[in-house]
Order: sequence, then C-alpha cells, then structure tokens
Amino acid sequence: MTDDGRFTIRIQSEDFDTAAEIAALSAGRTDIGAVVTFSGLCRADDASGEGCLVALTLEHYPGMAEEEIGRLVEEARARWPLLGATVIHRHGRLVPGENIVLVVTASPHRGAAFEAAEFLMDWLKTSAPFWKLEERETVKNWVAAKEADDAAAERWR
Amino acid sequence: MKIVYFAWVRERIGHEAEEVETPQGVRTVAELAAFLAARGEGYAEAFKDPKVVRAAIDRRHARPDAPIAGAREIAFFPPMTGG
Repeated sequence: MTDDGRFTIRIQSEDFDTAAEIAALSAGRTDIGAVVTFSGLCRADDASGEGCLVALTLEHYPGMAEEEIGRLVEEARARWPLLGATVIHRHGRLVPGENIVLVVTASPHRGAAFEAAEFLMDWLKTSAPFWKLEERETVKNWVAAKEADDAAAERWR
Repeated sequence: MKIVYFAWVRERIGHEAEEVETPQGVRTVAELAAFLAARGEGYAEAFKDPKVVRAAIDRRHARPDAPIAGAREIAFFPPMTGG
C-alpha cells in the first residue's frame, strides 16, 4: 500500500536494508524532524530440553497481512502527525541473526514517531496474520501467543 | 464459500483451502466452526478449543458472533505470533 509514496507496506521473503529504507523515507524532505526505527530479529534462544533455535518459519495470510498492516498504519496516522511510515515483514524460513520485521516512522517531532512505532509493533504482533514455527534441534513447535503481547496492544485502546 | 486455514489449524485439518456448502442453520463464525469441527478427526482436533481459534471474513478479523452471509472467503487460524 502506498499513497503519497511515503507510506509503504511490504510483505516479502527477501531481506531488507534498514539504512536504505530510512533514507528512502526522508530523501528530499525538510519537514521531517524525527525518524524512529524498530527492527525485529530472529533470536537464537534456548528452550529447556528442546535445544537451541535453529530457524523460524514465518507463515502469513497473503492479502490480509498487507491489508491488516495497512489498517494499523491508517490508525497510526489518525492518532499521530506522521509524515511517513514503512513497515516490512518477512516470511519464509529465517535463521538466528536474520531480520524479521522493520517499522520506520517519520514525524516533525520525536514523541509522535516513537509512539507510532511502538503502537504499530504492538498491534502488528497481535493482529497481523503471521505465525511463527520454531525449528529446534529436536522438535518443531508453533509459537504460542503471549498474553504480554495482548496486554501491550490493549494499552493503546 | 471458500474456507482457508493457517498454521496449526491448517496442519490438523490437512489442507489449506476448500469450498464448503454451508447448511441453512449455519449463520455465524462460531456456528461455521462447530459445523466444520464435525467433519472429521482432523477438524475436531483443529477446533478442539473453539475459543482459541481466530477467524477472518474476507480478510478482516471477525468475532465468533459475526454473520457469515455473503462472505467470499473465511479464514480460521491460531492467535497471531508475527513481529
């Protein structure tokens, strides 16, 4: 989804270049005073008895994933004076150290950019249709949703 | 209507999409889930705890009491874990 070219949502299997995305958002503009970036990475955590994480496979609902994130971006724009936002979410098999998600928000002042980025991530985690399958040394498990993530999203209501 | 499944709901049912003719009495998301749960072992396993399974109607989140009349595509899936 792109309207004036500064609100971008992409769902892709390939990696993204965080610096290039920030540059694209602010290039040629003089009205942006704050750019906040959140990157989510695949982490090699250790679950007792099941071994280290080998990979995460991200499944998504094509079409709805873009649309749902689009609705979240629209909600963020209604709440904060955003001059631009980029949300990129990867799908497919990712190994520890790889990028999963990128949220970049741009605003005249930092408060709105920080808050909008946090809002977008909190709601993306609980409402964007993505599911993580954990591949460990001995087992594969679908990741369970966390109550803490629901609570993080709810506080924006 | 077309029904699509994701993540462990898809795995338990054994396929990712199907066309389903719904009987007259099936009017809501919850009634559709109950109807599907009776179609076989995998379905029963997928909808074992119906409060856990989420739904979307035409790519928008839908509550259990949402009417399904006129829907083109209904999805069932676990709570989301992206990000």
